[in-house]
Amino acid sequence: MNFKKPILATMALGLSAGSLAADGHMASDMTLVSWGGAYQQSQINAYSDPYVAMNPGVTVTWDESSAEAVAKLRAMNEAGSITWDVVDVVAADALRLCDEGLALEIDADEVLAPAPDGTSASDDFGDLLVGDCFIPQIVYSTTFGYRTDMVPAGVDAPNDICDVFDLATYPGMRALEKRPINNVEWALLCDGVAKDDVYDVLATEEGQEQALAKLDTIKDSVIWWSAGADTPQLLADGEIFMGSTYNGRLFAAIEEQGQPIGMMWDAQVFDLDGWIIPEGLSDERLARALDFVRFATDTQRLADQAKYISYGPARLSSAPLVGNHATLGIDMAQHMPTDPNNAANTFLYNYEFWADYRDDIDGKFQAWLAQ
Amino acid sequence: MSDTTGSGPMLAADGRPLKESLGRALRRQKLRALALIAPLLLFVLLTFVIPIVSMLIRSVENEIVETTLPGTVPAMAAWDSSTGEIPPEDVFQNLFFDMFNASEAKEHTKLGTRLNYENTGLASMFRTSGRSIDDIGEVFQDAIEDIDERWEEGAFWFEVMNGAGGDALVAERRARWEDLTDDSMAGDLGFTPSQAIIDLLPNTAAAYTDFAIWTVIDDEDVVAEEDPWEAVYAALAVDLRDPSRTAAIAGYQGAGADALQALSAAELPGLTFTEAFAELDEDWGKVDVWQTIEVYSPTYTPGYFLNSVDRELTIDGVQARPENEQLYVKLFGRTLWMSLIITTSCIILGYPIAWLLANLPVRTANVLMILVLLPFWTSLLVRTSAWKVLLQQQGVINELLVWLGFVDDANRLILMNNSTGTIIAMTHILLPFMILPLYSVMKTIPPTYLRAAKSLGATNWTAFWRVYFPQSVPGIGAGSILVFILAIGYYITPEIVGGTDGVFISNRIAYHISRSLNWGLAAALGTILLVLVMALYWLYDRIVGIDNVKLG
Repeated sequence: MNFKKPILATMALGLSAGSLAADGHMASDMTLVSWGGAYQQSQINAYSDPYVAMNPGVTVTWDESSAEAVAKLRAMNEAGSITWDVVDVVAADALRLCDEGLALEIDADEVLAPAPDGTSASDDFGDLLVGDCFIPQIVYSTTFGYRTDMVPAGVDAPNDICDVFDLATYPGMRALEKRPINNVEWALLCDGVAKDDVYDVLATEEGQEQALAKLDTIKDSVIWWSAGADTPQLLADGEIFMGSTYNGRLFAAIEEQGQPIGMMWDAQVFDLDGWIIPEGLSDERLARALDFVRFATDTQRLADQAKYISYGPARLSSAPLVGNHATLGIDMAQHMPTDPNNAANTFLYNYEFWADYRDDIDGKFQAWLAQ
Repeated sequence: MSDTTGSGPMLAADGRPLKESLGRALRRQKLRALALIAPLLLFVLLTFVIPIVSMLIRSVENEIVETTLPGTVPAMAAWDSSTGEIPPEDVFQNLFFDMFNASEAKEHTKLGTRLNYENTGLASMFRTSGRSIDDIGEVFQDAIEDIDERWEEGAFWFEVMNGAGGDALVAERRARWEDLTDDSMAGDLGFTPSQAIIDLLPNTAAAYTDFAIWTVIDDEDVVAEEDPWEAVYAALAVDLRDPSRTAAIAGYQGAGADALQALSAAELPGLTFTEAFAELDEDWGKVDVWQTIEVYSPTYTPGYFLNSVDRELTIDGVQARPENEQLYVKLFGRTLWMSLIITTSCIILGYPIAWLLANLPVRTANVLMILVLLPFWTSLLVRTSAWKVLLQQQGVINELLVWLGFVDDANRLILMNNSTGTIIAMTHILLPFMILPLYSVMKTIPPTYLRAAKSLGATNWTAFWRVYFPQSVPGIGAGSILVFILAIGYYITPEIVGGTDGVFISNRIAYHISRSLNWGLAAALGTILLVLVMALYWLYDRIVGIDNVKLG
């Protein structure tokens, strides 16, 4: 842990000197960690392939361990050998890694590129710079998809979050994630709690009980998922009527596989995914990691990623550059969770709240599930 | 046999006493044997013994509170936690200096995470307090610098503080940093606090030494060129506000004496640390926060084990957790119960197959054996996912039953995402572990015994039950131990098909390892599981006898 300011300063010098200083003191290989699947492929297409094309000497290795990144980084740190250079994690994990001293603190304006019009990185990313270590990349959302052919005759397709809790009008199984996050917020919203009060209510014992009691009304009709791929599979097999998952998964099921699935964007929960750089890299590897991250999070690169997957770029300046899907050719802008038509009613994952209450509410939630 | 004869000890061919010669040969043999098993021994030690011991230690280890708050914890000894009052100012003062150092080293959030397991909300309390801990020191810094500009200079501070005789203090503070960060803090500081200053201003000397160590060793800067931390100004204010030091300061002759005397005469902010912390986060004024710190301040804690059995350590001793948080005892019970069911169904399904294998002609038996082993050679994940396809409501089994008319289309069977799913899939996956030992035991039972029994007038059933079955019991024993012990620690299958009431304790352990990062609790749960398995093994040995277990 004995580096910090001096190196950051050297780095800043190196960066301002541009590619001149580049290869001299940068490591020539780098291990990137991500989630695998279509998401990682979009990162390879948008970030690492162009980066390698610009820096032919660099070898990039991908690891698909993001789901266990926090535990693995902690184990690596205890063993004193960090083998990852840049790690893709959700913002909540980045906050946790930062708290644990496992991720490098980042000064956004120093490390990240400004927008093409000169707007500083911290303004361009705005509120999405959660915590001191997180470098945002995409905005994704957890939202509901439903089988269009299972909507009962004479009833409108579900378009309200509370339709999930309405078994009388919309009978059938639901799929919800096997953790309290998002589910308890939705439960409270549909139990008459105003959107602005949700977290204040959830911070109390009574509020937590209220949320679980609401979930209890549909408990017998819920399949609990733990992997993002579960809900699309359950929908495709007709096992469930509606289920929550990441919007990109639903996009793939609808547009790429042509499944009879509809999107219900109401009360979608925005969350962020992005990079962290592990604490404890050698100078050369840190230099390479910072160089890559600066490139991979610039305005054009973030917009490019949206060609391959329907997640919104984290920079304001990237939004106008979002174009058509690389193979399907459809306009991606309308499939972004941030598109005004989809974002009429949204929720932003409350990181501070869940950092505190995750273990507590999760304990109660699991005990409730086990009843 | 005696090793002596009438004429003295018996000698070997080389003239040494036979006993000694034999001993040497035996020792050499033992060494050779040891060398042969050394790789295995080393492997077992590295991959088995050490991880288990480290798991055991982790389940009780709780150093983090006293290494992060080395001044606060001893100061709290004087506080009576049962009065319902928050600790006195002295504790808050220590907390300030501890938190300041911890936030410099970015260790305070780790402690927050640790204590948050016990008292929700402490994670953000530590995070926000660490972020603005400088603000408290700045109050004093601004006041001191307003009175005398010289205190703005790093070089002036160095002149006042540097001297000789303070090596003991440096060593003590260095040890604290090392405990806090787990890093070496060795190296030349280019600074030694003067003994006169240590006597005159103990808090300031300690805070300045902390600053010096971190500045030189971690930031790699020169002490005299750096402006002291806000904490050093706060420490100076603490020392100067103490009326018992006024006389000594007035008589002080060393460097910067006039500046100190000027400060001593001036009015310094009366801000107490108790108020200051309440300003950072009002929860510092809550007695339950302090009780949590008090309860978890010892180096070793039974807390994780208590949590593993739905109890908790509180200021009033051990208590049951609230009903709506009780989970683990139920999960342990379910894990044992379902493992038992799975073992029983393996016996019921495996026994006839093993009998067929042992008694059919070799040609047919071989084909059957391949059928038994084939799933064994398929990836566990693939087999479990295949069960998903079979068991789901729109899956193969339900479709078939509906098509045959046994089940109504509207009321399809729920075969997965519950305990049924776990039992079905795990029975299938663990079946070979039952069949193989059963088969190898049955293979050794001569078929003539059965024939003899029948020729002596036994019915088929009597011949089987009285003659054949007792001889196959060792195989059942071996298979049951294998299946039961494997089942009790199973993780992936319950995770995929178990839903909510079909998950095991291992799923919770995995959650605490990879998601909540509560490794202490995971270790305690793992240790309990290990002890349970050993206890059951012991029980088995007492009832059935481990000698009655045969793998072939």
